[in-house]
Amino acid sequence: MTDATGALLLRTAHKRIVDNDDVTRAVVMLEICQQLAPFQTEDGKPIVGATVISKDLSIDSLAVMDMVMDLEDRFDVSIPMNVVAEIHTVDELADTILTLRARG
Amino acid sequence: MGLFDRHAGLLDAYRDVRTTGADPFQIRMEKVLSPTEAIINGRKCLLVGTNNYFGLTFDPSCMDAAIEAIRAEGTGTTGSRIANGSYSEHVLLEQEIAEFYGKKHCMVFTTGYQANLGVISTLVGPDDFLLIDADSHASIYDACKMTQAEVVRFKHNDPSSLEARLRRLGDKPGNRLVVLEGIYSMLGDAAPLKEFVEVCKKYGAYVLIDEAHSLGSLGEHGRGLCEKAGVLDDCHFIVGTFSKTLGAIGGYCVSNDPDFDILRVTTRAYMFTASPPPSIVASVRQALRVVTARGKELRQHLWDNVATLYDGLVEQGFKLGPEHGPVVGVHLPDRMTAIGFWRAMLDAGIYVNVAVPPATPNGVSLLRCSLCAAHTKEQLEHMIEVMTGIGRQMGVLQPKLRVVGGQR
Repeated sequence: MTDATGALLLRTAHKRIVDNDDVTRAVVMLEICQQLAPFQTEDGKPIVGATVISKDLSIDSLAVMDMVMDLEDRFDVSIPMNVVAEIHTVDELADTILTLRARG
Repeated sequence: MGLFDRHAGLLDAYRDVRTTGADPFQIRMEKVLSPTEAIINGRKCLLVGTNNYFGLTFDPSCMDAAIEAIRAEGTGTTGSRIANGSYSEHVLLEQEIAEFYGKKHCMVFTTGYQANLGVISTLVGPDDFLLIDADSHASIYDACKMTQAEVVRFKHNDPSSLEARLRRLGDKPGNRLVVLEGIYSMLGDAAPLKEFVEVCKKYGAYVLIDEAHSLGSLGEHGRGLCEKAGVLDDCHFIVGTFSKTLGAIGGYCVSNDPDFDILRVTTRAYMFTASPPPSIVASVRQALRVVTARGKELRQHLWDNVATLYDGLVEQGFKLGPEHGPVVGVHLPDRMTAIGFWRAMLDAGIYVNVAVPPATPNGVSLLRCSLCAAHTKEQLEHMIEVMTGIGRQMGVLQPKLRVVGGQR
């Protein structure tokens, strides 16, 4: 990924995305990682797809719920609470968002 | 793995709490002297954390009604509303509550928690949608888990957040039930109800509002936020409790829906539990009469007290919730400070509630104070003084710099 593409992704990541073409997995992952960054533990383990949100980060269940609402608004999807309960990793969160967008 | 292993993390946090010397979750009221005073740890304390908004727990007419009912009808019904537990007075209480709201139907539950559990979980089915405020009470979250409806949260007190979620449902078939509260229990902030109702109307959603903290406290006749916001007719279901202004324990739901009464034979939290005892039914009926007869005066005292405490604490530099409310939440930087502050207040003879994550919205740590119409200005001013002293000692408040004139 060139600097230019990276910069473009950062800019598009900061407005509500409605056009499906813009929402690649990379864009979703970037947004999730930015939201989770403040909750990294002291050893600074990088946030990756396999990161288990409630275990590998110091974040409580209410903060997770708040982050989910922010992501819902950024990507214009609603994630039902029972689905949220089954999301454990960053990959699963990204997958859920992309699946819901595809369903429309 | 043992059954209690999954609570291990909480156990450690709880041990920390107890090292401060007193456990806020195991306070014993040795003797309750009045709505505003009790003996705790052998000393008389001022109570500012009771939800007893009108102080009716010691109202002579309410106490007399309860005592008379025990003598006439015994200590308990020992039965469910659908079996032997419906006395005439239960039915009369329901009629009186319905009348109070100007609604056609009312169902009384044994606790407010059960009212939410029962009504919310029974009103919706597998193809329906529940939309709830993020700061909803535990009973509302639990009710949602009991249903097969799809449940989505929206940002606290944010009608545009609700709108986006209703919009996203598109024209999917199924009912939409939006659940709101009148006054939220942590910071005492009220919902922008008019705006919420407009959004619900636009998308054809039903409105259920839990007015636990707002009965008596809001509205010209004490009917709550629905009345104050002028949307009583637009709130399809109003749920409330007997355990705050009405001074006892129990819950209810009112509605104008012509089919409402079918809930009596489909709501498990109504059917499979014992009904409230005659003494509670009697004291609540009387408390409702007091709310109607003396509500204006009691409401005035309550809100005067709210202003005294809220404004007084703000002036000293405390960080509070967004607006005046019968609940005044005081933000503190973290869990241990909150518990230490709470403990220092108790040692100084003032009891308030303490709320820490994960029980609180946005991970805040709070002292939660609730006002009573019976508090005096002097009591609250004393409380502000004590809190200011503790606040300065603990470094929560900046010390006030005194500027002295003259040459250096």
